[in-house]
Amino acid sequence: MPTPVITLRQVSKVYTNGTVALQDMNMTIQEGEFVSLVGPSGCGKSTVLRLIAGLGNMTTGSIEWGQTLTENHKLAFVFQEPALMPWATVMDNVRLPLKLAGEPKHKADQDVLESLQLVGLRGFERSFPRELSGGMRMRVSIARALVTKPQVLLMDEPFGALDEITRSKLNSDVLELWQEKRWTVVFVTHNIYEAVYLSNRVVVMAARPGRVVADIPIDAPYPRSEEFRTSMLYNTYCREVSARLQEAMYGVDHHPPTFAAGRSR
Amino acid sequence: MMFDRFTSILTGWQDWLGSLLGLAERLPLHLPDWALPQLAATAGEKLRPQPTETRDPVLLPPAPRMSKWLNWDVVAPIVVGILFLVGWEVAVRLTGIPHYLLPGPILVGQTLVQEWGTLFPSLLITLQITVVAFFCATVSGLLISILFTQSKWIERSFFPYAVILQTMPIVSIAPLIIIWLRNNTFAAMVVCAWIVAFFPILSNTTLGLNSVDHNLLNLFQLYKANRWQTLIYLRLPSAMPYFMGGLRISGGLSLIGAVVAEFVAGTGGQRAGIAYQILISSFNLQVPRMFAALIMVTGLGILIFVSMSALSDKVLGQWHESATRREN
Ligand SMILES: Nc1ncnc2c1ncn2[C@@H]1O[C@H](COP(=O)(O)OP(=O)(O)O)[C@@H](O)[C@H]1O
Ligand SMILES: [Mg+2]
Repeated sequence: MPTPVITLRQVSKVYTNGTVALQDMNMTIQEGEFVSLVGPSGCGKSTVLRLIAGLGNMTTGSIEWGQTLTENHKLAFVFQEPALMPWATVMDNVRLPLKLAGEPKHKADQDVLESLQLVGLRGFERSFPRELSGGMRMRVSIARALVTKPQVLLMDEPFGALDEITRSKLNSDVLELWQEKRWTVVFVTHNIYEAVYLSNRVVVMAARPGRVVADIPIDAPYPRSEEFRTSMLYNTYCREVSARLQEAMYGVDHHPPTFAAGRSR
Repeated sequence: MMFDRFTSILTGWQDWLGSLLGLAERLPLHLPDWALPQLAATAGEKLRPQPTETRDPVLLPPAPRMSKWLNWDVVAPIVVGILFLVGWEVAVRLTGIPHYLLPGPILVGQTLVQEWGTLFPSLLITLQITVVAFFCATVSGLLISILFTQSKWIERSFFPYAVILQTMPIVSIAPLIIIWLRNNTFAAMVVCAWIVAFFPILSNTTLGLNSVDHNLLNLFQLYKANRWQTLIYLRLPSAMPYFMGGLRISGGLSLIGAVVAEFVAGTGGQRAGIAYQILISSFNLQVPRMFAALIMVTGLGILIFVSMSALSDKVLGQWHESATRREN
């Protein structure tokens, strides 16, 4: 029996300049799910994530949180840019959430090192962000998100700015960690292949106004190996998501025939 | 840009002077590179078993690198300077222009040496005014800019007055200030110099405190950081490069403010700064002495700029683009 963790009911967001970023959005995310949001640029994916995180107010509607969450440290956010403090070492950057929570340094350090271990960055504690590559900075950013042991992880196009090789490496690393830790993940991306490879479910959004147009379960077993990326099943899902996205962008006339089963709205 | 170029040249000078004088902790780094292996070799000699036939190639001293001393950013302006001084001296001698109109550089140099005893104490007084004013400007600029970022309303209400203070020509308000503070000339001078030096620090730091990466601000918000934590851990460090930029500008401006104030104050007061000496010399047509004093003020200005640049490099050294040399 799945437990809902985040439930969006009729959520709308109108920015002060009149942009309708979201209109009547409904979405339920179950505990332990890996859900990807895909959609054309400007369809409100970041807005959804920010609203879930409590950054900014929604215009109408409500977001409900499941009972299984503890009040503290339930959320972590990973931005598209690593958003590291350039004046602080890797260690200090990762320690930040604990420091803001008032945890003493010696107690925090254990968690920080553990978190760095998880993302494979032990040995870089004393480095400054500018000394690291783009992929490593992103890993620091992920380590910072993991250091509070969150139950829900929100990621907004975290690998959008990285090259393909680094991206696919980080994809499999995140997937591995997710299987181990069983967080609930909401993952925003504009990359269909990434979405299908990672997720239990892909939610397709359309723009103007931002809304959900399709919700496609990806019924493929985990762990998903590199072979999965070349499998028939994977391809079918990619085509399905791609077709939905085309519909969302250009209307129904353009869409190629649908190959996979999936419940769509 | 012109100014960037100028800054890099000055920084080049600063490095060069630093290495020449062995300033601060730069000293150990500026032992000629080739001397280090030798030192290591002599130190290791006693510990090492008696020499085998083959010498470790690492210990061979490589040829000394002259490029350090042939930095063209330093050499080119020196050459131009020397040519200019020689041309000046020759022109003065050939035309026989009287030295109360234009003294030659040699005479100026002699005067500088002769008058050092009277000029240098005056320079110290000016330096005192400058330092105190600069300190006040730094502290007040920093505190007020922090106040501004804590409340949009405070910024809205008071920033225009800071601008007005800045746009009023110091020469025109200095007499007023001197009249108001007639019992304390030193304080009057400091206030004048402070008015000039204060604004760049205020406006730069305010800009810096407000140019925080918005993702980091969101992150702080997400982790429920309070106002104080956001200020200490995020806003102040983000503003550091801007603040340092403000310091660089204001250092020089404090000196200019002090000199202008002294000029306006004229002969009043017993503690006479370097501007007073320039004024007196001009009344007495001691033009070489004017030149000597001018050189001293300029030297002081450069010294202030260079020390601020060094401070800035020191503080931002590890992380900011302006202070790091990228290896590409
Ligand atoms: N702070 C803001 N003020 C006004 N409009 C905004 C703001 N943020 C986003 N928008 C607008 O809302 C829409 C959705 O934006 P966003 O959620 O960032 O889309 P996405 O992340 O899917 O690209 C866009 O049209 C964008 O221009
Ligand atoms: Mg976005």
